[in-house]
Order: sequence, then structure tokens, then C-alpha cells
Amino acid sequence: MSSPEPHTASAAVVVDGVSMAFNSGRPNQVDALVGIDLSIHSGDFVSLIGPSGCGKSTLLRLIADLIEPTSGTVLVNGKSAKQSRLDQDYGMAFQQSGLFEWRTVRKNIELPLELKGWGKAKRQSRAEEMLDLVQLSDFGSHMPWQLSGGMQQRVAIARALASHPPLLLMDEPFGALDEMTREHMQAELLRICGAAQTTVVFVTHSIPEAVYLSSRVVVLSPRPGRITDIIDVDLGAERDEDTREADLFYKKITEVREALRGAEGQTSGPTGVRGVEDR
Amino acid sequence: MSAVRAVWNVLVPPLIVGVLFVGTWEIIVRVFDIKPFLLPAPSSIWTTLGDNWSKVWDAMLITGANALVGLLFGVVCGVALSFVLMRFNVVNELVTPLAVALNAIPIIVLVPVFNNMFASTTEVPRRLMVTLIVSFIVLLNVAKGLRQVSATHMELLHSYAASPSEILRKARIPNAMSYLFTALKIAAPVAVITAFVSEYFGGSQNGLGYGITSNAAISRTAASWGYVVGACLLGLAFYLAAVLLERLASPSQRSTHHQPTNQQSTNQQARGLDPGGATA
Repeated sequence: MSSPEPHTASAAVVVDGVSMAFNSGRPNQVDALVGIDLSIHSGDFVSLIGPSGCGKSTLLRLIADLIEPTSGTVLVNGKSAKQSRLDQDYGMAFQQSGLFEWRTVRKNIELPLELKGWGKAKRQSRAEEMLDLVQLSDFGSHMPWQLSGGMQQRVAIARALASHPPLLLMDEPFGALDEMTREHMQAELLRICGAAQTTVVFVTHSIPEAVYLSSRVVVLSPRPGRITDIIDVDLGAERDEDTREADLFYKKITEVREALRGAEGQTSGPTGVRGVEDR
Repeated sequence: MSAVRAVWNVLVPPLIVGVLFVGTWEIIVRVFDIKPFLLPAPSSIWTTLGDNWSKVWDAMLITGANALVGLLFGVVCGVALSFVLMRFNVVNELVTPLAVALNAIPIIVLVPVFNNMFASTTEVPRRLMVTLIVSFIVLLNVAKGLRQVSATHMELLHSYAASPSEILRKARIPNAMSYLFTALKIAAPVAVITAFVSEYFGGSQNGLGYGITSNAAISRTAASWGYVVGACLLGLAFYLAAVLLERLASPSQRSTHHQPTNQQSTNQQARGLDPGGATA
């Protein structure tokens, strides 16, 4: 396991001894996460992977301060997770694009900026910049339902990045897309985040997706979720379609898959890794 | 023009069915030689309606005014109450069963009570009755729209550190708009029905309902049916006005072929957010 290395890179996210239990203290208590320590460096692309219900989305929501941990602390950009949320230090995207259907694409991208209190002119120019970034400049005046699923997800990413946050939190953002669109979106995401030097925490249940995108893959065990492995992946800064054919890509996929099997073996759960896709 | 097209789509199919229905009616009356005081033929209703048109028109104006005033007050009351319900969960649990109970009291019971409360020459009891019925329909729908914001939208707004009033303005109210127009489309014809049924049970001697009962009482069945036609026209006019209003208010969502992007997820995820379960 890697530990914080403050002298090489500043930590964007530090999760320290975090446990999360739902219905804590009641008979129906569910331990979602136990003893999570994780340090994510600035500029890292970290994927959280694990079987269904292992608490990877819960961990993401803890970092986002959408829920509070039962114990332990979460620091984002050196501040408490709550302060970071209040300062809008991160952008967020979900499996559902979550576009507001009564707003145009442009107005959707402007929403976080409106809530930050930006003026109209500044909002509009930023929205144009983001539309350009996700290559949807011609669709600013469209309504969300006029766009395909992949395009909607691109708008959601543009919205998440609109205020140029240093951190992007994503919960299976491509989970509902078909395979071709998904691979295209992965490449797009790398291009966008690479350009902006954005730190990304990415929840997925697809092994190839995690390996292709990440600099590090964090493997979680079945519930209660623990970090069982952190696998460094270095496929290079320039990843393209050939990367998906490379030996190293397959080697890392195998490594992550074995780590997941190992994680499965640590608890007395049923055999086979549920909810994790090999594709 | 989408508004014209919308009216066209609403109008034409029922018109075809209507023509077939009236034609069959005419044939049955003629073939079986049904007596006019039992069931007049559409042609004789039409003739009588032509003779009585100014009377029917006056009655339509009176009933229409009652329905419109009641509808407007009902929408205002319903929207105001739904905001209170959204804000205070306890009120929601107290008021919703009460509203349901109140709405279960039939018009036949309430109108005479209202008639006793106000001077019998005013239109207030009838308008009050319409207000009551309409506010119930609006209340249930708009409260649902205000509460059932999709889980993804709520998480996003929390991640933007949005305040409750910002969540209200950016998500709850826009979300409730489509629910309001749905309520309006239901409530508009119901307002007309309530207004003229209220006229059956005392009060001023005017309006469509009074026209129906008074003519039926002296076996002027065809004239009575003329007022029924007037009621149909009035109800239709109210409904079309509601449809038109919806199209004008939200031109961007006019397409019926495209569901709003998050409709399914809204329905699935929002259940947990709606303990009141205010279902229309």
C-alpha cells in the first residue's frame, strides 16, 4: 500500500481511518466501510473498483461530503470535506447524467456557476469554453432530451468541470453507455482531465475501464468494504486505441482481476466476483 | 405553430368519434321510434338549441364565470398549500388525510350548506365549491412535484452547497411546473362540472345546471339537452385553454415523443424522498 508522500506531491484527498456504518447502533446496522486509509495525490487518476455493494460509491460520497463518516476524517485539498464542498472545490458526475430537463444544455453547464454567484457574462463565456472542450458547441441551445446518452454524459462532465475544480468525483459515469461510446468517452475524459491537470476519483465496476483510465486502481473487498490492494498502472500519458491492445494493458487487467479474487477470498462470501465486469 | 398543432391533435380524433356517436344516436332514435321526452334525436336538440341559443349562451357565461373564478382561486389556494406542505412534514401528515376526507364529501352535501351560509342570490357558494375541488387537485399534484426531485439532482445541488431556497428555485419549483399543468388540465373541466352540478342544489336560478333541471322538470327534454351541449362546449373550452397554456408556458418540452431525460430515474429514485406519498 502506498502512503502519503507530501514531499513529492501534495495530497488532493486524504482519507484517514474512515469507517461508515448505516443505521449505526441499531439491529439493522450495515457496515459499509471499515478502516479506510487512502491518500490521493494531486493530478492522480484513481479508480475505486470492487464487487457490487462493497461501498465504493459510499467512499466517493464521503469524499464529496454528501454523507458523513461514522468515524475517521476526510481531507480534501487540505481542508475538511465539508469546507471543500462549501467552497465547491470539486465537480461531480453520476451514472445518471442528472441534467435538469427544463434547462438548455448551456444553462445546465452554467448551473454550478450560478450557485457560485458568477455574473452572467462570465458564466456564458465559461459555458462556451466548456461546450468547446466537450465538443458540443453546436448543441448549447438544445434541450437535454434532444441529445444522445453519450452527449448528455459529456454535458454532465462539462458541468462538473465548469468552475475548473481541482478535483473531479465520478460515480460510474459511463455505466449506462454502450461499449463503443464508453471507450470513446474514456479517451475524451483523459484528454479533458489531462489538459486541466484535474485529480479524478472514479468509481467503476469495469476492470478494463479502471486499468485504461487510472494511474492507480484501488481494490475494495466485499462488504464491509476494505482496501485490499492498490495497483499502480502506468500505461503512459498518451493512451490511444493501441493501448487497449498492449501487453501491459492485459497484464494489468489480470493483476486487478486477481486482486479482486483475492479480496473476495478474504471474506466468506460466495465464490466469483459479483458485479465486476471483465469487459 | 406548435400551439395550433397541439389544439389540432387534441381536437380532431375526438371529433371523429363524436360524429360517429351522434350519427348512431340519430339512427337509433329514428329506427326504434323513441319518444322525444325520453330521448330526443340530435337533430331536434340541434333545432331547439338554435332557437334557445341566447339563453344557453347566457347560462354558459354565468356557469363559465363561476368555474373560472373558482378555478383561479383553487389554483392559488392549492399552490400556496402545497408549499406549506412541502416545508412542514408534520403539516403534510395532518392535512393530506383531511384534504382527502374533505374531498370525499359530495357536492350534494356541501352546496346546500354553503347556500345557507351565504345569501341565496350570490354566486359565492358555487364558486366556493369549485375552489374547494380545484385546490385539492392542485394541492396533491404540485406538492408531489415539489417533493419528488430526482435523487441525482439533490446530490448535485448538495455538492454545489446549494441552500434550501436555492434548491427550491433551481429544482423544486421548475420540477413542479409540469405537475401544475397536469393538475390544471384535470381541474379545468372538473371546475365546469362542479360549477354546473352545484346549480342543481339551490341558490340562484341561473346557469347551465339550472337550465337542465328546470327544462327537464317540464318535459322540455330537447331544450334540456341543449344546455347539456352548452356544458360540453364549456368544459371543452376550459380544457383546451389549459392545454394551450401548457404549450405556451413550456414550448421547449412540447414533444410528446421524448420523455424528459431523467423521468424513469426520477420515478424510481424519488420514492424514498416522498414519505407523504401524495399520489394524485
